[in-house]
Amino acid sequence: MAGIDIDGITKNFGRTEVLRRVDLDIRAGEFMTLVGPSGCGKSTLLRIVAGLELQSSGSVRIADTPVDSLRPRDRDLAMVFQSYALYPHLTVGENIAVPLRMRQLKGHQRWPYLGALMPGARDIERAIAAEVGSVADMLDIGHLLARKPGQLSGGQRQRVALGRAMVRHPKAFLMDEPLSNLDAKLRVHMRAEIAQLHRRLGTTFIYVTHDQSEAMTMSDRIAVMMDGAILQVAAPDTVYNDPTDIRVAEFIGSPKINVLPAMVRADGSLAVEDSIIAVEAGAAPGEPVTLAFRPEHALLADPEQAALRGRIAHVENLGSDILVHVRVGESGQPPLVVRTAPNGHRHEIGEKTGIDLSSRLPLLFGRDGKRIGVASARQREAAHG
Amino acid sequence: MSARPTLGFAILRHVLLLAGAAFMLAPFVWMLSTSLKPSTEIFLDHIRLWPDQLAVVENYTAAFTKAPLLWFLLNGVIVTISIFALQVLVALPCAYALSKLRFKGKQALFAVVLLCLLIPPHAISVPLFLLFHQIGILDSYAALVVPFTISVFGIFLMRQFFMTVPDDLIDAARMDGISEFGIVWRVMLPTAVPALTAFGIFSVVAHWNDYFWPLIVINSEHLLTPPLGVAAFRNQEAGTDFGPLMAAATIVIAPLVIAFLMAQRRFIEGIALTGMK
Ligand SMILES: Nc1ncnc2c1ncn2[C@@H]1O[C@H](COP(=O)(O)OP(=O)(O)OP(=O)(O)O)[C@@H](O)[C@H]1O
Ligand SMILES: [Mg+2]
Repeated sequence: MAGIDIDGITKNFGRTEVLRRVDLDIRAGEFMTLVGPSGCGKSTLLRIVAGLELQSSGSVRIADTPVDSLRPRDRDLAMVFQSYALYPHLTVGENIAVPLRMRQLKGHQRWPYLGALMPGARDIERAIAAEVGSVADMLDIGHLLARKPGQLSGGQRQRVALGRAMVRHPKAFLMDEPLSNLDAKLRVHMRAEIAQLHRRLGTTFIYVTHDQSEAMTMSDRIAVMMDGAILQVAAPDTVYNDPTDIRVAEFIGSPKINVLPAMVRADGSLAVEDSIIAVEAGAAPGEPVTLAFRPEHALLADPEQAALRGRIAHVENLGSDILVHVRVGESGQPPLVVRTAPNGHRHEIGEKTGIDLSSRLPLLFGRDGKRIGVASARQREAAHG
Repeated sequence: MSARPTLGFAILRHVLLLAGAAFMLAPFVWMLSTSLKPSTEIFLDHIRLWPDQLAVVENYTAAFTKAPLLWFLLNGVIVTISIFALQVLVALPCAYALSKLRFKGKQALFAVVLLCLLIPPHAISVPLFLLFHQIGILDSYAALVVPFTISVFGIFLMRQFFMTVPDDLIDAARMDGISEFGIVWRVMLPTAVPALTAFGIFSVVAHWNDYFWPLIVINSEHLLTPPLGVAAFRNQEAGTDFGPLMAAATIVIAPLVIAFLMAQRRFIEGIALTGMK
């Protein structure tokens, strides 16, 4: 178990800059998820930590020791790959044993056939077999040890890959989209299993995914990456409710956060479409800003009293919730989504409705996408009166 | 769809293929048939595939006793196996570097490899002969083996196959602590067995049957390879005793035919896999 410090890492492939001064401190025993859209540089960062790729500048420290000049094998990390990367010619048991055999047996003891005759080899092999057996039991693949990877299902291969990573008790686990080749149901199941594994082992995990729901459900902290930079590092709750950047807000959460262009008025309130939202925005009057709110932070209301007015464009019934898509104004913007509880009321397409935002302050973002403070109008009155 | 045109076409196709096969096989059939005949029946004025009087025992005993045919076969085995082993020893690391390592000038190096594919072996035989004369290894096993240890075709073939091996597998091996050479022999080699078999068959067939290069560099009888051995046979035996000569030729060809029949599936797999030839 060890903390990992990533310090000012940049990476260029030829002239393209893939990572731009990335800083990230991962605490010992933490489950850290790197999440971001495809091509943002997550895998590259993970591979730099692993030593499989050389950074252009910056440094990586594991347990406070710089590892930049160490080869992957000497960094004592284990990695699980998206494609599992099992050795196709070895059985499951042999696959799991490889990291141990490479480390514990000397070169001549690994010779095929003859190796077992070398002095000391047999005892070590026996210890390795025992270790492999216990890891396999832990992952529930004990009955598959004699099979080849080609004879396994995707989920079983995934477990074998986990086993191969676990067997030598590394300082940290690196996982690059380990679940993305599984079907949806198995993915949800393995998600829970990996989180459980993390709790049981207590080892540092760095987990790469482009799936925000995996990031939200498994991590201690999430690092949201975009275009080669980390935008925000925080607990899932904070990233969801308190994003510092509009791109974070839009990436995290399903259905997506609702966004509307707005204009700050002289008194700090916001002009949105043809209505006015009474808040105090921390921005200069006349400045265009972006107003954002989560679907569950709005209520459907009487159009006469609500902040926003529109017509219902589409209704999605999820059973536990109903997502009502409301088209506000006549502009070409995507409809806003409001999450409501099923309360017996039937929402008709085309029906006029209002959206009430008063239950919770909306999020405001400036022109550069950074978060802007906002206070409720009542607080202002209280402060001034 | 009516069956008749398809059937007609199938028959036509098979007739054509059979005719082609018969044409290709004719010399071999003739060889086999001659090796069964006594000398009186070899030069007849009509075609007779099966002799009236079988001379199998006489011809084949003669083949083995009148010249050290077994010794020639052993030479053939030593030479082809050494060549193939050394080719693999060179080609696999080269192919690995060309397909999976990142270094400056990799593309240029691969272009050179492709260029070398175009050099006909006969074109460089004279300089090679002179070189071997200089270093004094003419008329030895080394002279038979050394020129073929670097097989550009082998490097190319294995490189094409290694390109299809996922990078993740190599990265996983690096994480597991396997060295780069270890990756070549412990990870790449086992996954490349089909391609290697195909290459092995090409290599063994080419060098077992090679007549040109051994003819140039070998003088001593104890170093003769099977094709040279058969030829030498003919000279010794005044050139007229075709029965034993054809028996010897049959014996020389047999190992390849048997090996092909055993590895036929692998062979076709390998060729299909590399999309070559
Ligand atoms: N070897 C390479 N040479 C050149 N460019 C590369 C190389 N590897 C990655 N890149 C580029 O670097 C960028 C980041 O790649 P990376 O694999 O880290 O993305 P990612 O965030 O893991 O995406 P995904 O979710 O699709 O896996 C991409 O634009 C990619 O094209
Ligand atoms: Mg990736």
